[in-house]
Amino acid sequence: MSRKACFFASVLIFLTGAFTMLSAASVDHSKFAELNRNFSKPEELTSACLKCHNNAGTDIMKTNHWLWTRKTDKMPGKEGQMLEVGKKNIINNFCIAVASNEPRCTSCHIGYGWKDGNFDFTNQNKIDCIVCHDTTGTYEKFPTGAGYPADKDTVFPENQKLYKKPDYKFIAHNVGRPNRQTCGSCHFYGGGGNAVKHGALDKSLLDPAKEIDIHMSKDGGGMTCVDCHVADRHDIKGQLFSVSVENKDRLSCERCHTRNPHTQTLFVENQPDRTYDIFKNRLYMREKPEENFTSRVLDKHTERIACQSCHIKFYSTKHKTKVWWDWSKAGQKTPVGKPKVVKDQDGDPIYDGKKGEFRLAKNAVPEYYWFNGTVDHILVGDKIDPDKRPVQINRIAGECGGSDSKIWPFKVIRGKQMFDPENKTLVVPKLFGPKGSGAYWSDWDWTKSAEIGMKAAGVPYSGKFDWIETEMHWPLTHLVVSKENALSCNDCHSRNGRLAGLPACWIPGRDRSLVFDIFGILLIAGSFAGVTVHGALRYQAAKKRKED
Amino acid sequence: MSKKVYMYKRFERFWHWAQAALIFFLAFTGFEVHGSYRVLGFERAVVLHNYAGFTLITLIAFAIFWHFTTGEWRHYIPTTDKLREMMLYYFKGIFQGERKPVGKSQKVKLNPLQRLTYVGYKVAIVPLMVSTGVIYYYVAHGDIHLRSVKYIAIFHALGAFLLIAFTIIHVYMTTTGHSLTSHIKAMITGWDEVEDEDITE
Repeated sequence: MSRKACFFASVLIFLTGAFTMLSAASVDHSKFAELNRNFSKPEELTSACLKCHNNAGTDIMKTNHWLWTRKTDKMPGKEGQMLEVGKKNIINNFCIAVASNEPRCTSCHIGYGWKDGNFDFTNQNKIDCIVCHDTTGTYEKFPTGAGYPADKDTVFPENQKLYKKPDYKFIAHNVGRPNRQTCGSCHFYGGGGNAVKHGALDKSLLDPAKEIDIHMSKDGGGMTCVDCHVADRHDIKGQLFSVSVENKDRLSCERCHTRNPHTQTLFVENQPDRTYDIFKNRLYMREKPEENFTSRVLDKHTERIACQSCHIKFYSTKHKTKVWWDWSKAGQKTPVGKPKVVKDQDGDPIYDGKKGEFRLAKNAVPEYYWFNGTVDHILVGDKIDPDKRPVQINRIAGECGGSDSKIWPFKVIRGKQMFDPENKTLVVPKLFGPKGSGAYWSDWDWTKSAEIGMKAAGVPYSGKFDWIETEMHWPLTHLVVSKENALSCNDCHSRNGRLAGLPACWIPGRDRSLVFDIFGILLIAGSFAGVTVHGALRYQAAKKRKED
Repeated sequence: MSKKVYMYKRFERFWHWAQAALIFFLAFTGFEVHGSYRVLGFERAVVLHNYAGFTLITLIAFAIFWHFTTGEWRHYIPTTDKLREMMLYYFKGIFQGERKPVGKSQKVKLNPLQRLTYVGYKVAIVPLMVSTGVIYYYVAHGDIHLRSVKYIAIFHALGAFLLIAFTIIHVYMTTTGHSLTSHIKAMITGWDEVEDEDITE
């Protein structure tokens, strides 16, 4: 064979191989008899799925996507005590807590019908497979349906959007790996709308520019959520510390980028999981960075500083996120009795009679704290210390020099919410429900809302309430940008830079010893004054001698 | 009467001025790293400071070699002989137009006060700056791992303050020669004016 033919043959072989690996579907679901029928209820489809995927049900039921909790015995202050901690039983300062508000909150649960405290977490037919595995983009859960999609075409009054009854057969024929849309359908919309909650997860990630997210951009890595968030039997790696406690099961940049990311290229060999294939096929082309003093300095920074701290320059780069939520201001209505709504110049709400007052942030500068992967949370019913304000809803552990402690960027959401001044607990209000249910959004009575909410949460309530300021910390880890768009040294190594106020061992350019600096300045000033006086006296004396 | 003598050899002058320039540059970049001002940007200040620092260390190494091979180091042997008189001179005699109690010659370039100062510079400030500087450098990017670079940074800055104070007084002292600029001229050309008696001494 000629050399040219050889070349084309090898290119062809390579392309065929690459194509086979990328088009991974070895199964055509539309050919299965089980799926070639009409499904009237989503549970019927689930039961069809489970006939073949006969371990998936038990696997799913162990995951936090299903349970909304994780088992832990490492909760700070309660070490050794086995607890279940998660969305299900923590308090936040957005819509406060799940209890009594299930049908609304659980519209993002991967199940069907978690409408109150009696949901059966062992019924496998209640698993919603397609919310994650739909690839058609046609499947949507109804916002107040306790996880169910619309059972007939329905308009949701709040946003006037039509929710269609899903075509289960069509969806079933087109299931696949989770994609940006499926993950995003919940994770982009936490807190009741796009970008509200996380600050670094919003619909801009569906098709971000390189400057928004280097990994997910078409012009960057072109990666999807599950390229990093790999799963082992449906247990998806990664955890969010607004709801998690322990330093485990975390994803890390180092997994691919090595511990010396500024001088090394990506790991591509010996990766025992799926990322290996992805990187081998698509991303291993990253050039080896130049090794010099600066790149080695940056590598050394990774011992104390999370990659995210420099590589997330701003959060909420495209869509505004809530950074302040004052529930105490809720209650104002329009003359016709509708909740009053005030919008800013971009049309984003800054006041809602049902929810209170908001402050929104875009292109916001994160706050920085030491973080070692352990977080303390206020669980429903936990005592608070009302004298220590603002109340810390979750406490980020870590300190300079502490093991695993690194400086991390955070979105901090502040606000005012209800507490019970006698029992010293944060109140779980019933917000969502029909008229007459005691829900604040229908009946506008905080006392009733608190009573019913607390009863559903199983927490004693004194009948009194007051407002208290709270803070909640959300570590930022998405919207990562490349070095061109990352922080520069000056951003932190300055007297009033981004890390001003962070209790840190020593940051050159930010820190100084005031005693030594004052001593030094006095020394210099003294020397200068000394030689000036000496010189002047010499001049005088010389002049006098001349005259004499 | 005074006479011209070749006081400072070529390497000595080169060493002196190169050291001066490097110290000025190190102070300028160093205090930017210290956070006193923002001119070059932190990163550039650090990188340039490193280059200048290692250049100075190289120069110091050559200077040490030169001092020992030429025997010039003997000029720096500290002495208390006439130290009091020399100090008294700067506080009193200089105003009365008196002559310096200790003259200058090729054999004895430095008076007791200078010896003490320069020995202090050579055995205290330079080692302080070089050691803290090198440690700082390897903490920043290499294999020295400290919980905090705090005390390294503080003592490096302390040395910088001392050096600046030294420089101010040093420059002022150049005006106490035969004329206001004769010492500086000497350090540039090598030729210094000395008293006749001193040479014959």
